[in-house]
Amino acid sequence: MIAFTLNDQTIQYDGDPNTPLLWVIRDRAGLTGTKYGCGISQCGACTVHVNGMTKRSCVTPVSGIADQHVTTVEGVEGKEAEAIQIAWIEKDVPQCGYCQSGQVMSAVALLKQKPNPSDEDIDNAMAGNICRCATYQRIRQAIHSAARQMEDSE
Amino acid sequence: MSKYSAQRRHFLKQMGVGTGLTLGVSLLPKATFAATNQTQTAHLAPNVFVAITEDGTLEVTCHRSEMGQQIRTAITQIIADELDADWQRVKTLQADGDKKYGDQNTDGSRSIRRNLARLQMAGATAALLLKQAAAKGWNVEPDSCQCKNHQVIHTASGRSADFSQLVSVAATLPMPEEGLVKPKARKDWRYVGKGIRSIDMEAVQAGTTIFGQDITIDDMLYAVIQRPPVMFTQPDSVDDKKARSMKGVKDVITLPTASAPANFFPLGGVAVLADNTWTAMQGVKALNITWTENDHSKYDSQSEKQILKETARKAGEVVRQRGDIKQALNSAHKTVEATYYAPLLAQAPMEPPAAAARVDGDSAEVWTSTQNPQAAQALVAEILKIPVENVTIHVTLLGGGFGRKSKPDFAAEAAWLAQKAGRPVKVVWRREDDIQHGFYHTVSAQHIRAALDENGNAIAWHHNTVFPTISSTFSTEANSPSSGELRLGFIDNPFDIPNIQLEKGQAKNHVRIGWLRSVANVYHAYAIHTFADELAYAAGKDSKAYLQQLIGKPRHIDLAKEGAEYDNYGDPLETYPIDTGRLRAVLDKATEMARWDDREKEKRHLGVAAHRSFLSYVATVVEVVVDDNGSWRIPNAYICIDAGTIVNSEHVKAQCEGGAIFGLSCAIGEISATDGAINQTNFHNYQVARMQHAPENIEVHIVDSDAAPGGVGEPPTPPFAPALANALFAATGKRIQELPIPLTLKA
Repeated sequence: MIAFTLNDQTIQYDGDPNTPLLWVIRDRAGLTGTKYGCGISQCGACTVHVNGMTKRSCVTPVSGIADQHVTTVEGVEGKEAEAIQIAWIEKDVPQCGYCQSGQVMSAVALLKQKPNPSDEDIDNAMAGNICRCATYQRIRQAIHSAARQMEDSE
Repeated sequence: MSKYSAQRRHFLKQMGVGTGLTLGVSLLPKATFAATNQTQTAHLAPNVFVAITEDGTLEVTCHRSEMGQQIRTAITQIIADELDADWQRVKTLQADGDKKYGDQNTDGSRSIRRNLARLQMAGATAALLLKQAAAKGWNVEPDSCQCKNHQVIHTASGRSADFSQLVSVAATLPMPEEGLVKPKARKDWRYVGKGIRSIDMEAVQAGTTIFGQDITIDDMLYAVIQRPPVMFTQPDSVDDKKARSMKGVKDVITLPTASAPANFFPLGGVAVLADNTWTAMQGVKALNITWTENDHSKYDSQSEKQILKETARKAGEVVRQRGDIKQALNSAHKTVEATYYAPLLAQAPMEPPAAAARVDGDSAEVWTSTQNPQAAQALVAEILKIPVENVTIHVTLLGGGFGRKSKPDFAAEAAWLAQKAGRPVKVVWRREDDIQHGFYHTVSAQHIRAALDENGNAIAWHHNTVFPTISSTFSTEANSPSSGELRLGFIDNPFDIPNIQLEKGQAKNHVRIGWLRSVANVYHAYAIHTFADELAYAAGKDSKAYLQQLIGKPRHIDLAKEGAEYDNYGDPLETYPIDTGRLRAVLDKATEMARWDDREKEKRHLGVAAHRSFLSYVATVVEVVVDDNGSWRIPNAYICIDAGTIVNSEHVKAQCEGGAIFGLSCAIGEISATDGAINQTNFHNYQVARMQHAPENIEVHIVDSDAAPGGVGEPPTPPFAPALANALFAATGKRIQELPIPLTLKA
């Protein structure tokens, strides 16, 4: 039995311990905000936070996150998350929306580490998140905008 | 988390079918929408797009699939505008697949151009009924009333009534005669044309959007399918012992194998059904299958490339002729020629195809991310051998489509397996399935030869295009480009050259060929505009000036005079002429935005292309920086679009940005095949544009126009690759005549 915290909920998982966290979140916990896009850590659609750090849940065996704190798009909060959400609305970022949970989770984690990221920081942090609608320019602008918001509110 | 729960409930409601609260005000003239039958009151013709509930909520039904183009927002804008509705009191429902809506096949950049007028009529009819209801109560003329922010007002007497107060009376009124229904004048538009934010924004942020991959049905099994590696081969032997022994695996089922022509049928293969997705994926990996071979097993895209290029260099079948190409070439001061090649591509939408189905006797219900719900309905009925009216297709959000989800094979897989398993089944395509078993953007080779006179003017253009046709997916006879593909940026070449000869050559398909955003425009624009740039250099002229000259003076082109079969994207030439004036205007604007004429002074490397597709005009300027190692990046791209009348300025802009980068992906990606099987498997070996490849800055200008609405989703894609190739030439002196463009150019 593997126990971990998913947002505010305790999850007990007694299935195959090799099961990637993604499928426990989606099929077991029923939270479908975290998406499947590639299964091999190449597209970032499945990005979640484990103890605040980004993880590709599609290649993270659930056994590896026992007793840890997993945050998905449904539960992400804090000043970075709020700033990102506001900036996402301001820039009207999403197109189809499928990759956006992963984009948001990567962007929030970036701002936690670097409250005022450069374009290069953004390239590096977001390189692993593919968007086939190609909302990249708006994502970049929204991250900059969120950074400014955070600065202004301090 | 809790702050989103209210929104979540709201969205789930939004995505559901209409609730019992709907009174069903009915609002469309029968003449406009013949096939409507949803009425809840006998004396009113039903309205499939507009309803107003007892509490006055305006319910808009979106009959087109949402795949990122924000059609749900656009349709809501159109209807809400006609009623002058309060945006906070509008709700958007997603239509099931049903012919009562008319065409629902969401491709070809048609949603606005084919629906703007009829949706305006739908909204205006509702508005008129509400006005009539109010006027009746006030004993005034309906014409003296107007809709204002969810009320009907009578200015002269200062009276007003909320829509909620008028619904019950409006529902009893006879349908107004068609001539009485008058959509708003353009100057009065409140929502149309504005940059209104996506109505699905909150749901995206909350993670509550529901795509095909996200559907769960009670008692459902999860299916993953190992499909034949080579088209139309089938399992020779299947060893499923290991798979069946896995905990959670419920069944292993072999599907019927497809045969030529592919149509929309599932390919076949072996499905593992399990109680969760991961177990189904592991189960499929544990299968040991040997496959039969066929003619396609010898397909090697590398050797086929040479055959295609050779065919392109030979004489083809003439499909358009102006003047005398031979004479012009013979009398040329200079001739220039080039062969272009573009590989197969996969659409690779972020959401791999998925569908969930429940089959009960001779009825089926399917939830799926389809661009074409009526085709899904027909195919499911055919596969299950049940009446088409017994098949319900619920359209989820689509995690991208790009043409892949126009083919409903995955919906049929789910339905067939659900019938066989006797339980609901969700079919989940893995990324590997999507890359390896798709309906591919076709591989192509083109040869262009041009003659220049002593002043460098082009006096002859001889272009041959060769590619396996999409028609081969539907007919075993089809072995050369169809008119439906030639019309996409080839036969409609707008250049003002006195002698033009266009030809097509034969090519055999070895994979399923399908649509991809902009379809044949992608490779045709690439070849034509890269070659136009080659001509400019051969003539010693500025690329922009040369392209302006090729486009020539403002005029409408009559292709019929030159023997060309051309259907103008299914719309009349009177409304949508091939207008070189508009093409020239977007070219002028985009190059102005890019400061084209200062580029040498500023030491910037630019490339340009301008292309008409889907009845819209787009010019793109790409700026590149190439470092000493040959790796390049795109600091800026400048785009000007003339799509005629537009509905949402912000989302047209977003389509230009995204469509351009999709064009970039088309230029750097490649699908290839060995022994009939696709070599690429996933995003580590199928290159698509990522954040660091995308232009750092994209400027978009939308031409302010009241012309008839053109397409928007696709037209920004075709000019990008040639503009990029031309910019790379400007920077490096290297011509790119073959795609993909490597991310690092060799020294």
